[in-house]
Amino acid sequence: MNDVLDVALRLLVVFVVFLTFPLLVGQTEHKVMAHMQGRLGPMYAGGFHGWAQLIADGVKFAQKEDVVPAGADRRIFQLAPAVALLPYLLVLLAIPIGPGEGAVGQVLDAGVFFVLAVMGVGVLGSLMAGWASANKFSLLGGLRTAAQLLAYELPMLLTAASVAMAAGTVSLVGILDAFEWWWLPWQITGALVFFVAGLAELQRPPFDMPVADSEIIFGAYTEYTGLRFALFLLAEYAGIVVLCGLTTVLFLGGWHGPWGADGLGWVWTLLKTAVLAFVVIWLRVTYPRLREDQLQKLSWTLLVPLSLAQIALTGIVKVVFL
Amino acid sequence: MTPAATAGSLVGTMNLAAESPGFLSPTGVEIAFLLVGLVTFGAAVVTVTTRQLVHAALWLVVALGGLAVEYLLLTAEFIAWVQVLIYVGSVVVLLLFGLMLTRAPIGRSPDADSGNRWVALAVAVAAAAALVWVVVDAFRTTWIDLDGAPAGSTDVTGASLFQHWVLPFEALSVLLLAALVGAIVLSRKAKAAAAGGGTATPPAAPPPTAAPPAGGRTSGPGASGTTDAGRDTEGTR
Repeated sequence: MNDVLDVALRLLVVFVVFLTFPLLVGQTEHKVMAHMQGRLGPMYAGGFHGWAQLIADGVKFAQKEDVVPAGADRRIFQLAPAVALLPYLLVLLAIPIGPGEGAVGQVLDAGVFFVLAVMGVGVLGSLMAGWASANKFSLLGGLRTAAQLLAYELPMLLTAASVAMAAGTVSLVGILDAFEWWWLPWQITGALVFFVAGLAELQRPPFDMPVADSEIIFGAYTEYTGLRFALFLLAEYAGIVVLCGLTTVLFLGGWHGPWGADGLGWVWTLLKTAVLAFVVIWLRVTYPRLREDQLQKLSWTLLVPLSLAQIALTGIVKVVFL
Repeated sequence: MTPAATAGSLVGTMNLAAESPGFLSPTGVEIAFLLVGLVTFGAAVVTVTTRQLVHAALWLVVALGGLAVEYLLLTAEFIAWVQVLIYVGSVVVLLLFGLMLTRAPIGRSPDADSGNRWVALAVAVAAAAALVWVVVDAFRTTWIDLDGAPAGSTDVTGASLFQHWVLPFEALSVLLLAALVGAIVLSRKAKAAAAGGGTATPPAAPPPTAAPPAGGRTSGPGASGTTDAGRDTEGTR
């Protein structure tokens, strides 16, 4: 009975994190973008600095009519948002936020493979949406999504493999246990490549070609309305949380902190994740969108060679110096 | 065809395996294995029988995902996640990409049927029978101890792969490297041929370079050669 309670509690915590953190990131994005652009952003909903804006948005989305285009493939059209969103929930289960087995949803032996594999599945949702909408812009968005995934999955995997080589394990908990502070300069190239490739996989600006609104309206999500559209948006912000959490765990030492405060490991994890999420928003405000060919070129001629070089460096340091 | 055969073999193994230690009282894991096997088998059958191309690709996701769950139930966690990563995350995405790039109508595509349905069925049944027979014969008395240390953890898999199976592993990597080099050579040769065609007929040259997709369909054997080779490369990868 105790085990059942334990599992239920862990699932509940992960679910609550899954529901609240993306909203926090979304609200931060509203406010940070506004202040960077010399505006105020949402100020009315909820009273204090518009804190309830996203809740109000959610209520609005829920009230809207759920339209399925006449020419669409109904079932796949309706299934797509779930396929896009659920993988991120599963990934959150495997990310450790503190030391020990108490601070992770589920300890997995092959954690790195699990998170990367399941994150890749999320893109199927966009593909399904793009195809099933019976809309040329949606189809183009789906195509761009697929091309982008194929290009950026490889550098992500290679840099994650570099960390796994350094730690000698593919378990996320094990990687954190093996972490030393000097891994930071050692793996810095890998960290940058991983983060950039992750941004591209999430289709965040400056890599948002698949949803480029000035060219293809809103890509694969053009035909979606109401709650289903909100689910796609939620998937994007859940993706930011997952990507920042993963970068923190793999490259920034997760719960390790400079002053080794016991029992406060989770604060470090959350702090690093929050800083990375801020960087994600910052990049959106700062850089213009890449063109499709520039996007592919960046991956194949810059990120892939860099990640291969990182793997070579990791191997050399591991064999010669350790 | 292959997923169907594999699923069939898995189901077959299960039926026989359940007979040895506890035929009358199968454990929860065994029942789950059997049920997931049935789902996988069903999805595989739908994959090859459905008349909607994209639906076939999506049912393939279900079949491959079911196989991953079966690996998990057999304690091979590493293999399971690699299965999801490579097949669901990459191969199916590539497949969908190819479909959407060429032709993926919503609804039925009656011209997508090949004429040799019965030959395909015979090959599938023969392959399934051979696999079931060999696997059952090989693992008749093998039993995975679920309470002990996992027999398929990353540690164990890595050790056996790089100690006992390192030669086949290297042979496979050379094979993949050869395929990779071949794909690059094919795509580069096509580009050179297109450039040659362009210089031979100067008036036809500007359209393909200015707008490759449009030029490929309307004019120039060189330009259409480029698109064909591009498709070849997709297939090789």
